[in-house]
This record gives sequence, C-alpha cells and structure tokens, in this order.
Amino acid sequence: MSDRERIFEAIRTAVAKTENPAPLPEYSMDSTVSISRLGAGGWSGFQKNFEAVNGDFLETGEDLKALLTKEKAKVGYCPENLQDLVRPHLPEGIELRSNFDRSKINEYDFGITKATSAIAETGTLILEDSKTPDRLGALAPWIHIALVDKSSLLDTVATAIKSLPKDPNVIWVTGPSKTADVEGILIEGVHGPGIQACLLV
Amino acid sequence: MSSQIIDQYANKLGEDVRTSVHTGSASGTDKRFKVLFDDLPDANGLRTTAGNVKQHTLDHLDKYLEQAERALISNGAKVHYAWDSETTCSQVENILKQASARTVTKSKSMVSEEVGLNESLLKKGYDLVETDLGEFILQLDGDHPSHVVKPIIHKNRAEIARTFEKHGLGEYNDEPEIITRRAREFMRAKYLAAEATITGANFISAESGRLCIVTNEGNSRFGLAGARIQIALVGIEKIVPRDADLALMLNLLGRSATGQALTVYTEFISGPKPVDSVSGPEELHVIFVNNRRTEVLDSNCREILRCIRCGACMNVCPVYRQASGHAYRSVYPGPLGAVLSPLLAGAEGFSELADLPKASSLCGACNEVCPVDIPIPDLLLRLRDKGKREKSSNAATDSPPMGAWSWVAKSPSLWRASLRSANMLNLLPYEKIPFGPLGRWTKDRTLPPWRGGKFRAWVKNREKEAK
Repeated sequence: MSDRERIFEAIRTAVAKTENPAPLPEYSMDSTVSISRLGAGGWSGFQKNFEAVNGDFLETGEDLKALLTKEKAKVGYCPENLQDLVRPHLPEGIELRSNFDRSKINEYDFGITKATSAIAETGTLILEDSKTPDRLGALAPWIHIALVDKSSLLDTVATAIKSLPKDPNVIWVTGPSKTADVEGILIEGVHGPGIQACLLV
Repeated sequence: MSSQIIDQYANKLGEDVRTSVHTGSASGTDKRFKVLFDDLPDANGLRTTAGNVKQHTLDHLDKYLEQAERALISNGAKVHYAWDSETTCSQVENILKQASARTVTKSKSMVSEEVGLNESLLKKGYDLVETDLGEFILQLDGDHPSHVVKPIIHKNRAEIARTFEKHGLGEYNDEPEIITRRAREFMRAKYLAAEATITGANFISAESGRLCIVTNEGNSRFGLAGARIQIALVGIEKIVPRDADLALMLNLLGRSATGQALTVYTEFISGPKPVDSVSGPEELHVIFVNNRRTEVLDSNCREILRCIRCGACMNVCPVYRQASGHAYRSVYPGPLGAVLSPLLAGAEGFSELADLPKASSLCGACNEVCPVDIPIPDLLLRLRDKGKREKSSNAATDSPPMGAWSWVAKSPSLWRASLRSANMLNLLPYEKIPFGPLGRWTKDRTLPPWRGGKFRAWVKNREKEAK
C-alpha cells in the first residue's frame, strides 16, 4: 500500500467513527473586520496603519526624492516599464537598472516595483509575480518602494482574500522585514528591506 | 524537591533563562490581549467560529485532503504523501537528488523538527541552513526550539554573540542589531547558492490549493526567490475548506502569536513561478505528512489537531513560564505540547511523556487564549486518564495512592468512623511526615485544624429541633 492510500484509509477509519461531525459554520466576513483599525478607511486609513508598522508613506515624488537623498542611495532596480514614471522624482546621479544581477546583490540600494493593490485595514501592500518581474528586486535592497495605483485600494483583509489575484505567487507586505528573536528586541531589515515605502501614482 | 520531571527541569533553570522566558512569554500575552480585543469587536466569538471551522475540517478530513490534492495538482504542484518521519526524510531526499540539489535553505517548519529532517539531511552531506534568525542560532548551537513562535526565548544576547564568534561570524558583539546584520550578510550568499528551499505552510486552502506561509523576517520569501525547487512540508491537518477561511485564520493568527494584525510577509503560493518571471521555484513539491496525526484523529483528543501554532497557550501558561520549553522534552512545549507530544510519541513513546498532561494546574488560561478554542484542560484530563489506565509510571509520579480512600469512601459506616477518628490528625506533627509526595507537600504548608464530622452532627441536630 502506498503512503497515500495508508493515510487516506487511516483518516477514513477515524472519521467514520465521528458521532456528531461538526457542520461548516457560515459566518459573515464583517465579523472579522477591525472597525477600529479601518477608521474612516480610504488612503488616510491606509496611511495610519502603514505608518503604525513603520512604513514610509510617500505622498509625492518630492518625498521619494527626499528619502533617496537621505539614504544616500545610488543604484536601484526598476523594471523598464516604470522608469519613465519615476525618473522625474529621482535625485541627480541615480542609476536605474532594469535587471537584478544576482552576482551584484549588494550594489542595489533600492528597488522600485509596482504593487497590485493595498489593504487599508492593515497598511498592507500586495505584490504579485506578474508585476514584480524579479522577486529579488523587491526584497534584497535595503529600501523597497512600491508604486500603488490610487484606484486600487482594498478596504479589508476579508476583501483582499476575496479578490486574491490569480497569480501563482502573491505576497502581502505589512511593513519592513523584522525580528524580535534576540531578547524580544525589535530589529528591522532582517533578510528583506529595512525601509518599506510606498508612493501613490 | 518534587519528583515531577517538569519540576526538576524548572529547578535546574538558570536565573537568567527563567527571567527571559518569563518576560518573553508574559509580554506575548499582554500584546495579544491588547491587539486582539482593541481590534476586534467580538474576538471571542471569532475564536469559537475558527475552532468550528477547523473541527469541521478534521471531521471531514478525507474529503478536504482529496480536494486540496486536486487543486494543488491542477495548479501545477507535485503532491507527495509521507506516513512517518522516515518516509518524510527519504521523500525530501529523493526530490533533492532528482534535482541534483546539494545546497538547501529552510524556513521555519515545526513538522520538520518532528521528523528530524535537519539531522537526516546533514548526515547525508547536504549543505542545509536554517534561515529564520532564531532557528539559525539553534542550528549553530546544535540546540532545539523552546517555543513554537519564539524559538530562542531561552537564550540571551551574550550567549548568541559567543556562538557567532565561535562560528566565524565576526568578533564578539552582543548588540542585537549587529547580530541581525551579520546573519543577513551570511544568509544572502546561501539564498543565492541554494538549488532548493524547504518551507512549512501555515494553512492550505482546499478550495484553491493555495499554500499560505507567514513570516516576519522575509526569510521564506528570500528562499523562494533564490531557489529553483520548493519543497513544502505540510501536516495533513493544516487544511481549511475555503479561501475565505484564510481571512478568518489570518486575522487571529498574527494577533494571537505576536500581537500583530498581520505578520510582515503573508505569502500565497498556488504553484511554480510563471515562466516569464526571473526568480522563483520552477517546481513546487508538497509533501503531506502524517507522522501519527491519523492516530490523534482517531483518539479522544482530536481537537488538538485544530492547532494553528500561534504559541499563545505557552505564553500564558504558568507552568511553561517557570519550566521553559525544553522541560517538555519534545518538539511542542507548553499546554499544546502537553497534549500533542505524548500522542505523537505513539504507543511506544506515550509512557515516557505521560507526565506532561499533569504539568498543568488546569487553570484554563490556555483554552481562553486559544484562537481555535481547543478545550486543552479537558484533553489534559483525558490523557491523565489514559496514562492511569495504561499504568504508565510517569503518569503516576507524585499521585497519592487512592485505593484506601476509595475503599473507605464506598462504605457509609467506615466513612463515618474515619471522619471521627481523623480528629486525631490535629494531634499529629504532620509537618514531619517523612514519606513521599505528602511529605513534600506538608514540608512547606500547614493544614487547617480537622473538623471532620461536624456537618453531619449539625444536620442531625437540625432534624431533631425541627421535630
């Protein structure tokens, strides 16, 4: 007997003895929503929650310029199709690369990619493979800037689950990469970005 | 000193370890409480609903496992099944062999701890590295996690700094930020060199076959950006029926585990990467692991399989806080482990861990904080009963013999006589009782004066007066 057959047989034997199998509960998705977090909703609600998890909310291209200047960024990953959009907001002397070269992983100070949408309730950015040509570009550099369409905001986690993209890889990003493994002390930028920013476009 | 095994571990803990475990778990409990109840209007109602969803899934697990398998295959994943720890390890090895993979990154997976995957692969010469910071430190130390969410809750920064120094990760420096940066640099080379990455899964939706993996550090994401092959080890109980149930579970998991509305990275994987994407696995292998879960399903403790591994029960448990995780001598510590570990040990291992269900005051806090409302105290009682019936010696440790008591209690006249004669107890120097558990109990405690028989006399007099 294969392991598959053995497992299914053992499950069926156990399950057959269940006296009162629990029914599948129907519940309203509204009950999972945090009204207090959602607040008035919209982008101001998103901003509040995004900043609460230490996200950098960039309101204008000027803010982007200021961030990159402050962080002394020189080289960044940015897919070809976004370069015209961001170039006007870059400080002088910045080099944009449209490919992420693995052998030079530490040369990239920042990555700019397009987010699919965002969740107001939790300050979450939603990325998917079809819009992130190279996952490393949104992950390896110290700074990640997600460009989000103003029209793409989702209100809650429940809505975002309902509208999960078809993409085989979808990732929700809620703030910079972090750990509290060492004595419970919060450190940002463990394996992923230490600065997680977003810019509405 | 108590002869309970868990107490012996607790007594041996150094003062600094006791403090870090206590502080870490207590702060986890406080954060959970604040975030869960500030955020959700009916958090307790949600716990009940989530428990019902998981219970329903378990009660119909054959149907949902089949459905998940179908969905996974149609998404392009390869599905494998492993009956026990041995077959789990050999299946992982087969996949690695076929892919000619030697370097492997791994993100946190409790089921891999259960089956001893690291030891097995390292012995065969694979270059395998744990990428979660805490798990990486444990790997360097040859140590094991003492908490399901905070694996190194029992270690302090000085210890970690010494470990890093010893393994050539820079000179001694105990700043948590420096420790983290060093791990970041070290790990990048591994992520890029690895041909395969091993992950767990927090949930899997039967409806869509989506695997859901949550981390805060981004290590599983990095593993999945670097490697060509993904192997996901999934306990057969990790299934939820619908995608919508993922929203319910995610809303409870982060808040219960770390007091976060959502963990930083919540990844939904339904197959290998799209062909036109640069990074990401070209193959996704899902191994459904049994390792005695079907025995648990068939026991009177099925409810424990609802567990979503948030760690809230260990954070709140007064016994865990004193004893730390290694006292449970198994992969799963705390109240969860006190139920699950003896069961996963199977018929031959149960007796060895049969003392764990007694490592509880049955205060009920573990049930109150459980996001899937597992009646842990009830399950502990069922396992105490099992231990007693199977005459396991560890289950009997420190239990006073009840045979004489039950003989007396069954006879009204004996009972009356013993109540009266027990007044003699007041004259006994009981603090000097020399033997066994009773002696240990009375050494530090005094008893109130014995008043046996007074109630009966009072009732009798009332009856007389009424006439």
